Amino acid sequence: MPTVLLLGATSDISVAIAKEFGAHGYALQLAARNTEHLSPIQSDLKIRYNVDCTVHAFDALNYDSHQSFFDSLPVKPDVTICVFGVMYEEEDAWNDWKLTHRMIDTNYTGAVSILNIAAKYYSAQKKGTIVGISSVAGERGRQSKLIYGSAKAAFSAYLAGLRNKLFKDNVHVVSVKPGFVYTKMTEELPLPKPLTAQPEEVAKAVFNAVEKKKNTIYTKWMWKYIMLIIKNVPEPMFKKMNI
Amino acid sequence: MKKQIANWGNYPVIESDEKLFSYTDELDKLVAQPKSYIARGNGRCYGDASLADNTISTLKYDKVLSFDTEKGLLEVQSGITLDQVLDIIVPKGWFLPVTPGTKYITIGGAIASDVHGKNHHVDGAFSHHVIEMDVLLANGETITCSPTNNNDLFEATCGGMGLTGVIEKVIFDLKKIETSFIKQKQVKAENLEEILQLFDTYAHYTYSVAWIDCLKKRKNFGRSILILGEHAKIEDLNDKQKSDPLQLPKKKQITFPFNLPSWVLNTFTVKAFNFLYYGKNFKKEINNVVSYEPFFYPLDAILHWNRGYGKPGFIQYQFVLPLEAKQGLIDILNRISDKGIGSFLAVLKVFGKQESLISFPTEGYTLALDIPVRKGLFEFLDELDQIVLKYGGRLYMSKDARMKPEVLKAGYPHLDRFKAIIKKFNPDFKFRSHQSDRLLLTKDEDKSKVKIQNSKIAEAQF
Ligand SMILES: Cc1cc2nc3c(=O)[nH]c(=O)nc-3n(C[C@H](O)[C@H](O)[C@H](O)COP(=O)(O)OP(=O)(O)OC[C@H]3O[C@@H](n4cnc5c(N)ncnc54)[C@H](O)[C@@H]3O)c2cc1C
Ligand SMILES: NC(=O)c1ccc[n+]([C@@H]2O[C@H](COP(=O)([O-])OP(=O)(O)OC[C@H]3O[C@@H](n4cnc5c(N)ncnc54)[C@H](OP(=O)(O)O)[C@@H]3O)[C@@H](O)[C@H]2O)c1
Repeated sequence: MPTVLLLGATSDISVAIAKEFGAHGYALQLAARNTEHLSPIQSDLKIRYNVDCTVHAFDALNYDSHQSFFDSLPVKPDVTICVFGVMYEEEDAWNDWKLTHRMIDTNYTGAVSILNIAAKYYSAQKKGTIVGISSVAGERGRQSKLIYGSAKAAFSAYLAGLRNKLFKDNVHVVSVKPGFVYTKMTEELPLPKPLTAQPEEVAKAVFNAVEKKKNTIYTKWMWKYIMLIIKNVPEPMFKKMNI
Repeated sequence: MKKQIANWGNYPVIESDEKLFSYTDELDKLVAQPKSYIARGNGRCYGDASLADNTISTLKYDKVLSFDTEKGLLEVQSGITLDQVLDIIVPKGWFLPVTPGTKYITIGGAIASDVHGKNHHVDGAFSHHVIEMDVLLANGETITCSPTNNNDLFEATCGGMGLTGVIEKVIFDLKKIETSFIKQKQVKAENLEEILQLFDTYAHYTYSVAWIDCLKKRKNFGRSILILGEHAKIEDLNDKQKSDPLQLPKKKQITFPFNLPSWVLNTFTVKAFNFLYYGKNFKKEINNVVSYEPFFYPLDAILHWNRGYGKPGFIQYQFVLPLEAKQGLIDILNRISDKGIGSFLAVLKVFGKQESLISFPTEGYTLALDIPVRKGLFEFLDELDQIVLKYGGRLYMSKDARMKPEVLKAGYPHLDRFKAIIKKFNPDFKFRSHQSDRLLLTKDEDKSKVKIQNSKIAEAQF
């Protein structure tokens, strides 16, 4: 039975991904900073899918702990999925360096720190899969997602580079670029229904991408084309837009 | 986030700031806010019971905490829906002890409405199977209650429409099954007299319900089909079914696309009824073995069928009358068919004995039918209410969107004690809904006028 490690396992998207992999018989390793929150998720997954499920303390910002965290996993996962992330109000981040810093560190530095470790392990094994949940916000810099978008852009570039670096070692990397998703992160935002995915849709797409070794996926699919248009607006025009 | 919400009848529609939570401590923080709230499950009650300016949706609080597959005990968070529960328990040889006619309700909603199934006369209502539950009170405290422990909180929470607090985790018992199939018997009745007799004749069946054709008059008045069922044993199955006796039904669903005028749905239901009634060779009785899904949840096959009643929405009118009040049943059915406003089908069940503080079921006949909202409807229903009361009956709060507080008071003999328990655990009415305000359960009597005016305005729109 293959094993999947979920980093940021208390998130809505991760809960949905865990269910999808659990339903397909994967053993589950849930890692998050709040392990108390993980315990109902753990019993739920075990009972629903009759799979092994373990819980692990993990803080993306505690870089020094990452190696020992990975070393202490009882079984090394076949698939590592990096889901954690934060999206603060850009206005607040603009006025508070600490928030800006934390947004960059969580979405980018923390992700690189832990995924480097998984990547080294996988390349030594000559097998393994890494999935990173980035965002369409990283496709082009714009004012309304100034810091979040740039951190996700860096993360997307990292994932693409990692895919290139690990290809020769038979390690696969999936970049996931969701558009809007109904989760805690977006609970107070008025999202356009046709463009917004349920976490379960993202989870299905992620599972499918892992099985089929896809490189980059957008959820929902139309985001690929929306971003294509946005990326092609000429900069002299784009810079004047309120976007 | 603020949004427009309505329950299953699509009446009334209100704007509500709906909050979600996944973890118990997030719920604690929400309830600690200086606001009033009502808990909201899957919005399958018909009227305004889970509507308020501020609602707390339990739908993400849906984890299974433990499952004792030996004793058949399930421990869950209150927001899990029955369809998810069935997916978990059926393959292990267990079934819901009581289920309403839809599987898209939450366990919290099942307790707060103290729902009944087709087996009420045998297994009682849902609360009968609750071993214990945790309720988060207005003061931020969480109390575990059961029939023997903090009994006042327990009995006011079962059927209490969310007014004691938010139900958190629940332990309830399950029913052992050998197969996931139902041995079904359908018996035709020419008229009301006969269907009531048939209920007696088949009283030993675990599940029973009747569909009545409300269009028939005179000697065929009350023409109906009695649908009976038992959980099938292995030997009842055919070879294909035997290969996997505890199989889950295939997930097939179609979604009702948009709001249609109500005659479309009525034409459809009449066709479906006639198909059942006249189909299959005019036999008096049909026996077969079917999956549990079409037996318990025939309507769930069409998601959002409620849209079939169009934009103004509809009222489901459900009442119970004591067994000796058959004449009341006839009176009411007659009035509805004379008025020509009802749905063409009504659902009839028999309740067994139940002693409870505020739950709807009590021994007698219960009839439910859907009526599209239109001008003059509420006055007409007020008249029906008087007949129901005259015969010693009452209405189901979970279906209600319009009854007057006096009608509730006259129908529920323990209402004062219920109010006193609400006062004890919810002293400042932190938990309140449009319904509880309308029914003066969470409101000082003299302030009620405002609400009544509001509903007049809503009605004037049709
Ligand atoms: C097609 C259909 C068939 C039905 N058949 C039947 C039937 O056969 N028998 C029957 O009894 N009912 C039946 N019903 C009604 C339905 O079972 C009840 O209204 C049920 O309570 C709906 O549950 P819900 O989760 O949707 O909750 P909601 O409709 O959102 O809320 C219902 C009530 O429960 C309260 N509540 C919900 N969760 C909590 C919680 N965690 N803590 C405290 N209070 C809570 C709400 O405040 C509200 O008062 C049917 C409904 C439909 C749509
Ligand atoms: N929702 C969307 O519209 C959307 C769109 C595109 C991309 N995404 C991305 O999807 C991913 C999942 O987000 P979500 O939408 O599911 O929102 P979410 O439920 O708010 O999840 C965010 C998760 O990140 C975790 N986290 C934050 N800081 C952490 C840290 N230092 N260490 C470990 N975990 C940390 C949080 O853990 P705690 O529970 O401990 O706070 C939480 O579980 C994020 O990367 C997000 O950027 C979301």
